[in-house]
Amino acid sequence: MPITEEIAGATAISDAMLPLPYRMAEITKETADTFTFALEPLDGGRLPGFAPGQFSMLYVPGVGELPISISGDPDDLSRLTYTVRSVGLATNALVSRARGDWIGVRGPFGASWPVEAARGKDVLIVAGGIGLAPLRPVIYHVLRRRDDYVRLIVLYGARSPHDLLFRKELTSWTHAPDTHVLTTVDYGGVSWHGRVGVVTTLFRHLRLHSDRTIAMICGPEIMMRYVVAELRETRGVDASSIYVSMERNMKCGIGECGHCQFGPYFICRDGPVFSYDRLQNLLERHEI
Amino acid sequence: MSAAGAHTRAVVDRGALEKLIPSLESRGYQVVGPVVRDGAIVYDTLKSLDELPAGWTEEQQPGRYRLRKREDGALFGYTVGPQSWKKFFHPPEVRLFQVQRNNGTFHILEETGPPPRYALLGVRACELAAIEAQDRVLAQGRFADTVYRARRQQAFIVAVHCTESAPTCFCASMRTGPRAAAGFDLALTEIAEDGASRFVVDIGSSQGAEILQQMESHPASPEICRHADEAVARAAQQSRAIDIDGLHDKLEESFDHPRWDDIARRCLTCGNCTLVCPTCFCTTVEDTSDVTCQHAERWRKWDSCFTQTFSYIHGGSVRQSAKSRYRQWMMHKLAFWTDQFGGSGCVGCGRCITWCPAAIDITEEVRAIRDGIPASTTQSREKDDGNT
Amino acid sequence: METLERILAEHPFFEGLAPEYLKLLVGCASNVRFEVGSCLFRQGEEANQFYLIRHGRVAIEIKEPQCSPVVVETLEKDDVLGWSWLVAPHYWRSDGRAVEVTRAIALDGKCLRTKCEQNHDLGYELMKRFIGILEQRLQSTRMQLLDVYAHH
Repeated sequence: MPITEEIAGATAISDAMLPLPYRMAEITKETADTFTFALEPLDGGRLPGFAPGQFSMLYVPGVGELPISISGDPDDLSRLTYTVRSVGLATNALVSRARGDWIGVRGPFGASWPVEAARGKDVLIVAGGIGLAPLRPVIYHVLRRRDDYVRLIVLYGARSPHDLLFRKELTSWTHAPDTHVLTTVDYGGVSWHGRVGVVTTLFRHLRLHSDRTIAMICGPEIMMRYVVAELRETRGVDASSIYVSMERNMKCGIGECGHCQFGPYFICRDGPVFSYDRLQNLLERHEI
Repeated sequence: MSAAGAHTRAVVDRGALEKLIPSLESRGYQVVGPVVRDGAIVYDTLKSLDELPAGWTEEQQPGRYRLRKREDGALFGYTVGPQSWKKFFHPPEVRLFQVQRNNGTFHILEETGPPPRYALLGVRACELAAIEAQDRVLAQGRFADTVYRARRQQAFIVAVHCTESAPTCFCASMRTGPRAAAGFDLALTEIAEDGASRFVVDIGSSQGAEILQQMESHPASPEICRHADEAVARAAQQSRAIDIDGLHDKLEESFDHPRWDDIARRCLTCGNCTLVCPTCFCTTVEDTSDVTCQHAERWRKWDSCFTQTFSYIHGGSVRQSAKSRYRQWMMHKLAFWTDQFGGSGCVGCGRCITWCPAAIDITEEVRAIRDGIPASTTQSREKDDGNT
Repeated sequence: METLERILAEHPFFEGLAPEYLKLLVGCASNVRFEVGSCLFRQGEEANQFYLIRHGRVAIEIKEPQCSPVVVETLEKDDVLGWSWLVAPHYWRSDGRAVEVTRAIALDGKCLRTKCEQNHDLGYELMKRFIGILEQRLQSTRMQLLDVYAHH
């Protein structure tokens, strides 16, 4: 059968649809509905490295599979860490696993945050809600190579003080050289003495150098749109220096089920991280 | 499309062609091809040429399909029915793996066993283009689909150059037919005269040449070649067309065109178009388990972007309206596909026109968007169900 | 210690203001200090002042019966606090409470209002700046309304 050269030469990643066996090593409750857990390969198998921003497909037998961003340290090769918010059947099944339980892992998949392009520049991280989880690997990466970067600025907004993630780390990060962490919540309370206001209100405390800033944004789509607008319109940061992490329904993670399409892009393959100049009008289009 | 060189062409008659299926079977192929069933021409196992829809043709119009008897006994006197060959390479349901639980842990059991070895008999030029398009989606890139590749790599293809077009065909404008250019092992042009068919045979591969040797054939004379080629050229006179020049950019700019609202008033989001389309490839994954959780399976099944939950993420679906779902389908097929895989996702087979219960004609909708026509003149149903 | 004049002149909010207007503002300005928990203003009171925060943090709160007050926003160093002095009928629309020791410059809104009626150019300059503040606050409030992080 005359098949084209491309088929004959196609890389056969040994079936990317088969999960590899991992076990639940540790699970911590971050907030009322959000958990961080670490997975280790079963039988001492090799851990694949991952780049900040990539995700895995996590499988609970008989329940289902989910795309979850890796939220751990990319330089830690002993385990893969994830932070998950329990919102439905599958996420609940995942966070209900006990230590030692079997979890299937596929990946890592996806395009990553531009930690190389950001070298020699200010790294501006803007996270909303659970969006801090896919960005945490960037923070770890930068802190381990502090001299390769100029300022590290983390702007973080959550719904309420109870919803803030990684509180201890947020405090410890402020002690790193030339590192600034500002947090805010949408809804405060009497015992909260921190800031109240949406995450875009944090920008007024910053002096940004638009020509040497790489911004990485992750959170609900509306929040990302407003942050991008603030950066481009008020601060003059170029679209090519702004990165966002998009989310869509995923069934395969490898660009063949078609579910994660966003205009011409497959979020699982061309994203989830995109520089804003690639997306331009897509984020403004309704129901695309 | 130019005619193939005379040195690769032979002629076989119906009697000689009888050897085709047994030759393929003896080489381990399961021959599949068109048969009549339930008032349509579908693809199924073929044991002999007698099972082909000899003497049948179809009447196809937007939203209409009927079989009709021909005046001659041509074996291939029809075009395409509701099924495409994608069901063989990209099966509607396939198990990806099983999971067995024992001793407190789980074991993944991979699918073993040889993949089916298909010989496709009667593949039209548009369908070859569709197979080639799906090759780019499923068999190339970093993650090639192992199920697709295993079946596809071994397949033997006998193509048929169309000598008639249905009113719904527009392969000529999509530059995919009616002549099959490449991608086949053998290609036939049927000349049905005086109740007996003869076939001009093009050889497309060495495997094809080897199979042809099992049949009695004669070199094709220039006259018979010309006769065959003229018949194929007549099939290129089609009443429908899509103007593909600059279509990608034109559609890209037309995201907010009022025509989408008009289509949405007619489209039922039934998904028929995605089922019959030979290039549509979307699938979903189903994880099942037995009651005791000892045994679980993962299945992959065909899915359609027209379903309400196709784009569901926590909180709701991204494409809630029928308008957004139809627009996604058409823009993917005719524009985004080019960005993703090169070429077009549409091969001009016309199935979506025939099998749409609302008689939506993709060629008409493209023209309306290109020419700036907001509302259709065909009958539209007012839908009050809020599903606009 | 910095003079009031220099602080106001260098503050981005008053950038581009004619020197005579700046002088006028200085004439209406005074230093104030609020201890932790103290109230700067209460909902329903006459709004005759606005503040330029120099240090600390102020919570803008709305009282809810049967519940602790809801903080809708906090303001801090370099923020301008208070627009009700400029918008009729000039009543504070919420409570303002110092969550930290807060030092600010208080400006006499009542006096400024009279001057704005007499001098529309001054009025326009101040209106222009305060409408920018209102726009920002409205946008932020709308985002809060969308409750983007909520569990759907």
